[in-house]
Amino acid sequence: MANEQAIASITVTAGRDKAGNPEPWDLTFRTGEVVALLGPTGSGKSRLLSDIESLADGDTPSGRRLLLDGQAPTAEQRFALHGRLVAQLTQNMNFVLDMAALEFVTAHAESRGIADPAAATAAARQVIDAANALAGEPFAPHTQLTQLSGGQSRALMIADTALLSWSPVLLLDEIENAGVDKRAAMRLLLGSDKIVVIATHDPVLALSADRRMVIANGAVAAVLTRTPAEEALLTRLATQEEGLAALRHALRTGAPVRAWEAFFPTP
Amino acid sequence: MNEAAHEEATARPMRLVTVAGPPACGKTAVVAKTCAKLREAGVSTAVIKFDCLQTRDDALYQAAGVPVSVALSGGLCPDHFFASNLEEAFAWAQHTGADCCIIETAGLCNRCSPHLRGVMALCIIDNLMGIDAPEKIGPMLRLADLVLVTKGDLVSQAEREVYRHRIRQMNSRAVIRHINGLTGQGCQELAQILALAPAVATVTDMKLRFSMPAAVCSYCLSETRIGARYQKGNVRKVEFGHRQEGQHGE
Repeated sequence: MANEQAIASITVTAGRDKAGNPEPWDLTFRTGEVVALLGPTGSGKSRLLSDIESLADGDTPSGRRLLLDGQAPTAEQRFALHGRLVAQLTQNMNFVLDMAALEFVTAHAESRGIADPAAATAAARQVIDAANALAGEPFAPHTQLTQLSGGQSRALMIADTALLSWSPVLLLDEIENAGVDKRAAMRLLLGSDKIVVIATHDPVLALSADRRMVIANGAVAAVLTRTPAEEALLTRLATQEEGLAALRHALRTGAPVRAWEAFFPTP
Repeated sequence: MNEAAHEEATARPMRLVTVAGPPACGKTAVVAKTCAKLREAGVSTAVIKFDCLQTRDDALYQAAGVPVSVALSGGLCPDHFFASNLEEAFAWAQHTGADCCIIETAGLCNRCSPHLRGVMALCIIDNLMGIDAPEKIGPMLRLADLVLVTKGDLVSQAEREVYRHRIRQMNSRAVIRHINGLTGQGCQELAQILALAPAVATVTDMKLRFSMPAAVCSYCLSETRIGARYQKGNVRKVEFGHRQEGQHGE
């Protein structure tokens, strides 16, 4: 695609909270980094995300501005990026098309300018393999989209967005209960050269992020990185998640479910 | 209103926008939310809603404090009905004193388009219609300046991107935007675009961007019986079993 360009960072300049008080910092988001947004409903997460999505230029209630690679976007960049800067994945999303998974992802690859049909199919197969690595139960390329389970759909959406989406920024909104291997999904997204922002209430996802932003009253109230104590906590939480996954697998396959310690060893 | 005031009102240029789209895609929700954003920016609006049988959408506009007038085509072809009433519709909007007149048309068939040369043209479609929809919708999409896609929050990113690509294939120059008529996401930006619509003093002598399909056959004159013997006038017979090429006559 002709107007495709790599964006290595976006910066949201300090705005003001709902009471008009100035926000303390400019916030920069970089590729290869995952940022978690935390805060109760109504705290202003959506406001921040919508500022990013609309390439805010001091024209939104927050007064923030969006910079691309540290620069205010030109009129041409604004035009090209409007509505396309952010790819979004939320829990409400479904596939509504009645098409085979491979056929659909191939159509997506073609829409991204992969003109050679063989190359488009190859790209689509790669997406489906990546999705199957995330989903609990693999699906076949010829499975209809509408027959995928919730977890399989989510896995396909994540893999497709990571590998085929044009948008330089990827926003994941509360996908924690999707039945997807979260940490594998994180690794896939981190390798995608995208700026990844996750709005979450999940402790594992929140602690796995490189940085956490706490939102309150319409503004960013704190930016935190993992402390050594949190690192230890994350390791234990991750072990527990693996135990849950193993238990789920055992139940699914009819394997004998043994004692607690078999799944959740005490460190 | 006295005569001088009447003349002043009808001579005053007013921004004009036509909005078309299939039924139930969210046109009214998007337009009503955008009118509210325009009012915040100091731009007053008046809305004319063309529909076929009945509509309760005027209540939605009234609740939003937007002057609205409804025109129902009833037994007439809604497309021809729209064109026949445009001058009068525009005159009514001028009398409301609004800065911007938005004409929302529902019930147009996919062969038709209400868009006028020199007037900002919007097409609204939703993401749930299937990825072949942009091809099927025809001139109301192909000849629009702005294509707005609703219900994108319900489908995958991939479907949104493929859909957008298909819209682009049908209309190479339109601005394409995702918009949410329920939350109002994107309506602020739409309001900024609508505030730039060209102002026109009159619609008289303006031209449609696309000629409307011919009519005038027995069924136009209330014939209800089926059969070749009852058909007179502009009748075209199909050769069934042969594949027909699509028609894109300009």
